[in-house]
Amino acid sequence: MPTTYFDHIAATPVRPEVFEAMRPFLTAKFGNPQSLHAAGREALAAVDAAREEVAALVGASASEIYFTASGSEANNFAVKGMALGQQARGRHIVVSAIEHSSVLNAVKALERSGFSSTLVPVDREGRVDPADVEKALTKETVLVSVMTANSEVGTIQPVAEIGAVCRARNVLFHTDAVAAAGNIPVDVKSLGVDGLSLAGDQFYGPQGSAALYVRKGARILPLIDGGIQEGGRRGGTENVPGIVGLGRAAALARAEMPARTAALIPLRDRLLDELPRRIEHVLVTGSRTARLPHHASFCVEFVEGEGMLLFLDMNGIAVSSGSACTSKSLKASHVLLAMGYDHATAQGSLVFSLIDGTTAADVEKVLEAFPPIVGRLRAMSPLYTTYLKERGS
Amino acid sequence: MYSDKVMDHFANPRNVGVMADADGVGQVGNPVCGDMMTFYVKVKDDRLDDVKFQTFGCGAAIAVSSMVSEMAKGKTLDEAMAITNDLVAEELGGLPKNKMHCSNLGADALHEAIKNYRDRQAGLPAEAPAAVDLHEHESCACPYCDTALEEEDKTFCRACRVEFEECPACGGITKKGDAACVHCGKPLAGKG
Repeated sequence: MPTTYFDHIAATPVRPEVFEAMRPFLTAKFGNPQSLHAAGREALAAVDAAREEVAALVGASASEIYFTASGSEANNFAVKGMALGQQARGRHIVVSAIEHSSVLNAVKALERSGFSSTLVPVDREGRVDPADVEKALTKETVLVSVMTANSEVGTIQPVAEIGAVCRARNVLFHTDAVAAAGNIPVDVKSLGVDGLSLAGDQFYGPQGSAALYVRKGARILPLIDGGIQEGGRRGGTENVPGIVGLGRAAALARAEMPARTAALIPLRDRLLDELPRRIEHVLVTGSRTARLPHHASFCVEFVEGEGMLLFLDMNGIAVSSGSACTSKSLKASHVLLAMGYDHATAQGSLVFSLIDGTTAADVEKVLEAFPPIVGRLRAMSPLYTTYLKERGS
Repeated sequence: MYSDKVMDHFANPRNVGVMADADGVGQVGNPVCGDMMTFYVKVKDDRLDDVKFQTFGCGAAIAVSSMVSEMAKGKTLDEAMAITNDLVAEELGGLPKNKMHCSNLGADALHEAIKNYRDRQAGLPAEAPAAVDLHEHESCACPYCDTALEEEDKTFCRACRVEFEECPACGGITKKGDAACVHCGKPLAGKG
């Protein structure tokens, strides 16, 4: 059975144009960009061209883009590099409660060497209030990190407003835009950010290709000490094919974003509107208005996410879940808990993330297949039996 | 990730349901870790004449419950009490390591139901007992890398190679020798 892929947020297929751009650099054009001979110069020219494309995607200058091997590396680089670079001024960091683990655990690592942090709460829709960020700032605060959009609930944050708060207080501001960049317009100047992470595997580029934007003049220490690559701020031989692929994917995203968004939003909205209509006790998680165009997420009450995921998989539909059981840690999603969902409800988390090419027929397939799956799992659920008893039926 | 046998019991669970006239009912688990199981037993001549269950939880939890119900049916009460969680996992062709701890509670739920039946026989109140919470949820995973900790040794994370101690203030696990608890920030005993 062909798989209907609704797990864009985990990985996107590499676009054929991206693969074709990468191909020569995996084979004949194997030069190291730091070599002075012709093969090296050819690789360097390709890396420089990709840097221009990535910079253009986020409204930056090419010299402000640093290539990394993943979004997690970009986040670690930003949080650790910026915090450690400012520690003479202070050792306090402000982050939202729903950041990706690569931000939260980077902060935890810094705490082990004497930093302190404040977690800013979110509302029921997963939105950070910029006033709460302002309240969390102290004289010691040297860095604020709030994501552009959340991958579990799709909510887009008021990044520009938070940027204005940080600018007024002269505090560096980083945003993890891994789920957002390439999918919604992101402009470093209008957002007022000093750092921004993005990853190619979120917009039809290859896995292992990512970047951090660092505003010219913002101080950052390297995470990987080494040679002169990336202006001495990120050692290690460049992943030339990955970087070339990221550049091509960025160019495609910039050109096609309006058309992709226009195609995705009606499909997303069909899922968001129709699933709660067809199945009782299904809650849309995240914001309905400030939402990624390719993201539909839910909590299905009285059932657990992994069971739904496995049954959907048997029906040829690939999705993801933030339930405890599907995570290695067996802990419920910190995002949903921070939004005020209780543990049992958070266990029923399911994320449908669409890709360019998802069709109306794919969405109808989900709408047909999903209700009986929920019915089957609820028939097994002691929580549902208790609910029915209490409701009196 | 799951064996074929686990997938079979997950997709086609045996003995699912509620028993209105059960002789004993047992519940274990807690939605914090993601799994809750309710077992119902019908007893005839000291044997489990019928077993039914309901489970809220992952594929492993559902498969475990189904397997336990199949293993227990027709057994004497003492034989059923000898079924262990490890035997169930073995019968299923193994379970992923991180599921052994939280999802493999089926035998416990069955035992609770049998105890409930025996309590009723002894004239104790016939109400089904509240869910029995069999483990400390705070200690399920490493606070630094989120890897599920080993059932046998919760004082060490193999991934981080970090040794833990329990924080006297909040009860959470935190790195041994640290000045303050990673959860509540309270200073740890013997430190500044």
